[in-house]
Amino acid sequence: MAVRYFGIRHHGPGSARSLDVALDEWRPDIVLIEGPPEADDLISLAASEEMRPPVALLVHVVDKPRRAFFWPFAAFSPEWRAIGHGLAHDVPVRFIDLPAAVWLAPRRRENPDEEPERPRHRDPLSDLASAAGYADVERWWEDVVEHTATGPFEAIAEAMGALREGEPQVSGREAQREASMRQNVRAAVKEGFDRVAVVCGAWHVPALTTATPMSADAITLKGLPRVKVSATWVPWTSGRLAAASGYGAGITSPGWYSHLFNAPDQVVARWFVKVARLLRSEDLPASSASLIDAVRLAEALATLRGRPLAGLDELNDATRAALCHGSDAPMALIAERLIVGRELGRVPAETPMVPLAQDLAREQRRLRLRVEATAREVDLDLRKPNDLDRSHLLHRLALLDVEWGEPVEVSGKAGTFHEVWQVQWHPELAVALIEAGMWGTTVADAATARTAHDADKAPSLSAVTGLLERSLLAELPEAVTHVMGVLADRAAIDTDVGHLMDALPALARALRYGDVRRTDASSIAAVVDGLVVRICIGLPVAASSLDDDAAAEMVRHILGVHESLSLLDRDDLSRGWRATLHQLVDRAGLHGLVAGRCSRLLLDAGAMEASEAARRMSAALSIGEEPARGAAWVEGFLSGSALILLHDRALLEVVDGWLAGVADDTFTDVLPLLRRTFATFGAPERRQIGEHVRRLGDGTAGRAQAAVEDDVDVARGELVLPVVARLLGLRT
Amino acid sequence: MNPPPTELLRPHAEDIFSEELKALTAADTHARPPSWRLSPWAVCTYLLGGEADGTAITPKYIGPRRLVEVAVATLATDRALLLLGVPGTAKTWVSEHLAAAISGDSTLLVQGTSGTPEEAIRYGWNYARLLADGPSMAALVPSPVMRAMREGRLARVEELTRIPSDVQDALITILSEKTLPVPELDSEVQAAKGFNVIATANDRDRGVNELSSALKRRFNTVVLPLPSDADDEVEIVRQRVDALGRALEIPAEVAALDEIRRVVTIFRELRSGMTADGRTTLKSPTSTLSTAEAISVITSGMALAAHFGDGHLSAADVAAGLVGAVIKDPVQDRVVWQEYLETVVKEREGWADLYRSCRELS
Repeated sequence: MAVRYFGIRHHGPGSARSLDVALDEWRPDIVLIEGPPEADDLISLAASEEMRPPVALLVHVVDKPRRAFFWPFAAFSPEWRAIGHGLAHDVPVRFIDLPAAVWLAPRRRENPDEEPERPRHRDPLSDLASAAGYADVERWWEDVVEHTATGPFEAIAEAMGALREGEPQVSGREAQREASMRQNVRAAVKEGFDRVAVVCGAWHVPALTTATPMSADAITLKGLPRVKVSATWVPWTSGRLAAASGYGAGITSPGWYSHLFNAPDQVVARWFVKVARLLRSEDLPASSASLIDAVRLAEALATLRGRPLAGLDELNDATRAALCHGSDAPMALIAERLIVGRELGRVPAETPMVPLAQDLAREQRRLRLRVEATAREVDLDLRKPNDLDRSHLLHRLALLDVEWGEPVEVSGKAGTFHEVWQVQWHPELAVALIEAGMWGTTVADAATARTAHDADKAPSLSAVTGLLERSLLAELPEAVTHVMGVLADRAAIDTDVGHLMDALPALARALRYGDVRRTDASSIAAVVDGLVVRICIGLPVAASSLDDDAAAEMVRHILGVHESLSLLDRDDLSRGWRATLHQLVDRAGLHGLVAGRCSRLLLDAGAMEASEAARRMSAALSIGEEPARGAAWVEGFLSGSALILLHDRALLEVVDGWLAGVADDTFTDVLPLLRRTFATFGAPERRQIGEHVRRLGDGTAGRAQAAVEDDVDVARGELVLPVVARLLGLRT
Repeated sequence: MNPPPTELLRPHAEDIFSEELKALTAADTHARPPSWRLSPWAVCTYLLGGEADGTAITPKYIGPRRLVEVAVATLATDRALLLLGVPGTAKTWVSEHLAAAISGDSTLLVQGTSGTPEEAIRYGWNYARLLADGPSMAALVPSPVMRAMREGRLARVEELTRIPSDVQDALITILSEKTLPVPELDSEVQAAKGFNVIATANDRDRGVNELSSALKRRFNTVVLPLPSDADDEVEIVRQRVDALGRALEIPAEVAALDEIRRVVTIFRELRSGMTADGRTTLKSPTSTLSTAEAISVITSGMALAAHFGDGHLSAADVAAGLVGAVIKDPVQDRVVWQEYLETVVKEREGWADLYRSCRELS
């Protein structure tokens, strides 16, 4: 009977390699691994052809999938190698850590939602390595640990023993974990296994090898509260290995570790070859000669720094200096593609359902939304709570790329409270769900995490605004908060005022209609304030030298901002905006369309006198101006409504005077432009304008208007008044 | 004739720090590459500061240790070193000290301009000699690069990207074959061990005379950054302002640390596009806003205060220089600056005086 302890570094390729060798040599008849015992039944799945790391074990509370831990494994994780060894040699493999059922149980009954304390992975080996002057702990392992006479694991155990001597006795969860591991080892010995291999974090080895009375461990573990949990495998990515997520600290360079694990020899040269291939694939020069120089520089640097082997630090410095000419952009590419890597894991189809799918099934039952393979149209009335929830669910799934429902454009249907979806379930959606499983354990959580991630990576400001609208529709308050933050940052550096103006209306709506009841309204207000200030400063520059199309676009933007600001009804913002509009209309060389429109907006807002507007119109239409600009000015000023011409005789006279004075040949140029404006008016408006113009000369225009008003049949009009009053809620 | 060393406006690095170099040479036990006066390890200590046998070594370069190590390691291989950076990041300073420490001589210098001829990199002729005796080695006038090759020292090329491309390319053979052919004499000059080239270039000027990729490949590039730490930068500015104030004999009192801190903060925030607390993102102007410019904003503010004000450096004195330093492009930079004023300066506690002064100016 023998028990051997293999103290490893989590996700350490050096440990993994040493462990491979040690296990092959010793041939244990049982392998015990630091990990959640609930996942014991899942271990056999690791042997499946379809299983491809990086993957993670996910253990979650059955009725509260939000409470969950992930145990990620890469191909170079020592634990993964140990599982592989056990399965290949047909010996039992068990997890021996404290049960996740205990971890995830609330520690105090009165506070069931308290965040469970996450299992920590200490990395004492990296402390040792940095004490020895290595920045790269894996290189230290290779250089120091691998070449010790006694074999790596004995040396590590000894070092850990020395390290832990100075530490206080562990308590709390740590003590429970170590007690649990000891108990499980004892159980294996008792069952009669001869050669028991224990694979655990190096830090724990001294605690497991010290003789501790069994009764003490039993007391430590007695009566701990438990919850019902369930476990499964989910696919993982290199990027998420790199992030500190879930269980334990992340590793910063999974791609580099994978390289260390897979490269048979010539680690440095092979790495530079990878770098060069990547650079070439991006059309960046990387000749073999440069590679030689890079290798030499890396080695010279290692010597200068007193390190026997070049580590990732040296490689990066050499890459930057010799291959990238000091530039950061290719270094960022190398970091993303090589140092972190883009591997995506896969899990076999027979893996138990991920909690996300379970959550979806629950939601489907609750909302009575059937899963059908045939397409069906669902008409949701958003005033009903159940339909509103259904809409949220479909929007959330869409954010997760689980395209169960597809929104259908509603035409003719009255009201904004209708939403029509085409719902159809495809088998591929199950796969999409598994992939989405890494974002979270409930639909809402996963959609929130995914949206936040997408917002961080969004290529443009409008993409962020789009995400904002979608997360508002999906009612994900946390995602909204995050996207707002990203939006504020993006808005600050975006130099295209058009983008900023595009972003404003959605925000104004959100702020005004309180779509985001649970978001911090003040954070939106801060973003809106910043946006308005930036728009006001940048608009005069952005609005200069526009061609016709750009001017039309600019007018659309200006109208959007104007409407948003009237919606917000904030004095300080509106004042700044009006000042900017004044500044705009005074600008020489401003496109006529924009100038006209801005003047009209100011007139309507009461910020410009009618006489001033008339003066401006006559200036715009006077002989010194290009007729085309004059016509554009009129279009900008009048578009949308003809009433102004009917009510303001001075303006009508100016237009009339200008039109009459246009020379014959320019008249043909101007005519289409004017038609474009006047064609948007209704026929009766055009007729009235015509009548007014006919009477302009004889001073009877005013009387004509009175006559028009006399045509109204007051008695017939009064008939509708009670109905209108009821509609307005004035009378019941 | 040069005046005696004590009368010089600015002596060479190897003369100013000859004591330190001597101490380092004595204490240096590490292996030295051929013709090097010091080991790479001692060169790093010389630049970054430290101690050698009881002699304190002053830091010549305050910045990431990593960069200096890459630079020294590059020179220890036979690749040439290219120092890149915006103006005012101590490129020339570092190159001078590297040459002083490694070769004990920082004078083999080619100043790059748009008018630099090929003779400045290869060789010229003494025409009187040439006419009298015909072509011979004696009639040849060696360039600093040629002398460095013969003697196994470091040659320095300043502002490499300002040199016309055809002249730059004269360096290719020198750097790859380590030889300089002299076809007129059917001869060549081969480099002795220890020869190498340090070039500096301004990366805002990229594209002026972009290096050909053949030449680029012969250099390892080290980008010298602006100071990453706010306190470091405040300290650098304070020291230089004190020194300059004395040299220019400005009768103002020493600038208040608060005002320096404020200017440095504004420069850093605009440069990095992020407020110091990391909460607000900003646009960056086209201007460089280097530490050297922060120094000149403070000194000119001090001059204003001394000659036209009450001798006390106030926000108004700083504002003029500040606006001038930030707004280099009258359209884009003005927008950036106004945004910064309205969204950051206006809101910040205790900065109202500065906000008012800047508003008056713009």
